[in-house]
Amino acid sequence: MADIALNSASEMRGPKPRKAISKSNVILWSTLAVVLIYYALPLYIMVVTSLKGMPEIRIGNIFAPPMEITFAAWHKAAFTACTGLNCEGLSRGFWNSVQILIPSTVFSIAVASVSGYAIANWKFKGSEMFFTILIFGAFIPYQVMIYPLVILLREIGLFGSLWGLVLVHTIFGMPILTLLFRNYFTSLPEELFKAARVDGAGFWGIFLRVLAPMSLPIFMVALILQITGIWNDFLFGVIYTRPDQYPMTVQLNNIVNAVQGVKEYNVNMAATLLTGIVPLTIYFVSGKLFVRGIAAGAVKG
Amino acid sequence: MQTQRPNALFRNMTAKIAALPMIAVALCVFVGCTLWTVYYSFTKSRMLPSDKWVGLDQYERLWNTSKWQIAVENLVIFGVCMMILSLVIGFTLAALLDQKIRFENTIRTIILYPFALSFVVTGLIWQWLLNPDFGFQKVVQDLGWKSFEFNPLFDAEIVIYGVLIAAVWQGSGFIMVVMLAGLRGIDEEIWKAARVDGIPKWRTYVFIIIPMMRPVFVTALVLIASGIIKVYDLVKAQTNGGPGISSEVPAKYVIDMMFGNQNLGQGFAASTMMLLSVAVILIPWAYLEFGNKKHG
Repeated sequence: MADIALNSASEMRGPKPRKAISKSNVILWSTLAVVLIYYALPLYIMVVTSLKGMPEIRIGNIFAPPMEITFAAWHKAAFTACTGLNCEGLSRGFWNSVQILIPSTVFSIAVASVSGYAIANWKFKGSEMFFTILIFGAFIPYQVMIYPLVILLREIGLFGSLWGLVLVHTIFGMPILTLLFRNYFTSLPEELFKAARVDGAGFWGIFLRVLAPMSLPIFMVALILQITGIWNDFLFGVIYTRPDQYPMTVQLNNIVNAVQGVKEYNVNMAATLLTGIVPLTIYFVSGKLFVRGIAAGAVKG
Repeated sequence: MQTQRPNALFRNMTAKIAALPMIAVALCVFVGCTLWTVYYSFTKSRMLPSDKWVGLDQYERLWNTSKWQIAVENLVIFGVCMMILSLVIGFTLAALLDQKIRFENTIRTIILYPFALSFVVTGLIWQWLLNPDFGFQKVVQDLGWKSFEFNPLFDAEIVIYGVLIAAVWQGSGFIMVVMLAGLRGIDEEIWKAARVDGIPKWRTYVFIIIPMMRPVFVTALVLIASGIIKVYDLVKAQTNGGPGISSEVPAKYVIDMMFGNQNLGQGFAASTMMLLSVAVILIPWAYLEFGNKKHG
């Protein structure tokens, strides 16, 4: 590290960095190579393991590419792997997750965007205080609030149902999303808001016809944030739903960590990959927006 | 915004109604539920919440439980290592990527992708990689180093480091992104001035850039710390607390007590301890951050 810094200081000034093989470059790139291996290798190993048959896994090396590519493990993970008595594979968890994901994402973004708008443009007495509580709430460990929420949900008859989980996701998505929207709406020029006001638009009119249409990027950021967050959730899924509604992550854990039966590592890895595919796709497709989303919470607490 | 109406309470009524969900969440969940748990941590709750006040009994029992002691010890080791490693790796990688290198976007994409994966997926990947019969240990042994031993997931002494490797893999890319944003926010003039003065690059980083990036480091630290206390799914998937109880963490202790052992009182007391530890970190930070109005 020290050496790279030392040398490149002078070399950065050169006319055109033509000679790629300088000492500092070698060190820089070899460090990066090691780093990249650490980050990329697990994905590679997952993929090759999932494409091998069990006999090959037993005799072979986990780094070796499959001698004979087979999708049997993928098929089994998706459609026939067992969790307890149910042998439908991960497909069931997948559909459960989709059913949880869609209403939770829509609902949480709708509620949080309106809240963010209300406190950004319609400040009222106490609005800042509620917002501060909300932000501090984001740091409270979920474990502290989980049980009273079970009671609350039971009282309103939503415990163990899909909508109960949707509500929980909406609640815990609220701090970060509200912050995101509030910051965005605050950054818009105030003249816009005033002009709409003069033209007679009310609370909802301004939001729906003026602000929301020009806030597409921030809605995209929120969407990415929520889809990955809700899809990856394990804790709320396991606590607030019944076994037949378990999301994919919970079912995945049950399949892989089942105590009975022979361990089928290729099926496990295929199942793990299947669960990871949705957020990975979002990540690789969205690129910069994903980074913006995760940085949004970091920029200002 | 400042329309004059007779009653202040009814001014901008629609906005207030629209903000009701937020107010309800802030008051009922974040304040209400938290106070509820803290209150019931002083009661004799077992299977159901009970109102019988027992003072600090639950806490006394908690701190005498070996599972909790191990959980706390693990969290401290894990937490300290995680903070140091994330900051060092995150900053180093950010500094490397900030050298105007080629393929910066590709490299960043590779380093950050684990952050898109869930902790369950992360835990299961590393469970496989650290599998003693097939994974990393076996590969090194097959290369000829027969006595090589690295089996964290089945060794009670070092199991928490096995979890740590996975956690660093998952989370350090995020810290890198935060650090990179911080580095990019530093004025080019500083670099020019340092170069003119002939200060070596590493010294510029250590003595000028890092001190300038203090707020970024603090933010990163708060982010890492709030993640550390929440560690649950990773342990649940990777080791399920094992071997034995050697990789337990407080978050898992709480869930196990509440939903497995039907010992609510212990769960409440343990979660209140978690809350307390968050407060210890958060309050000084909030004081530093919001106390001086300079960047409020």
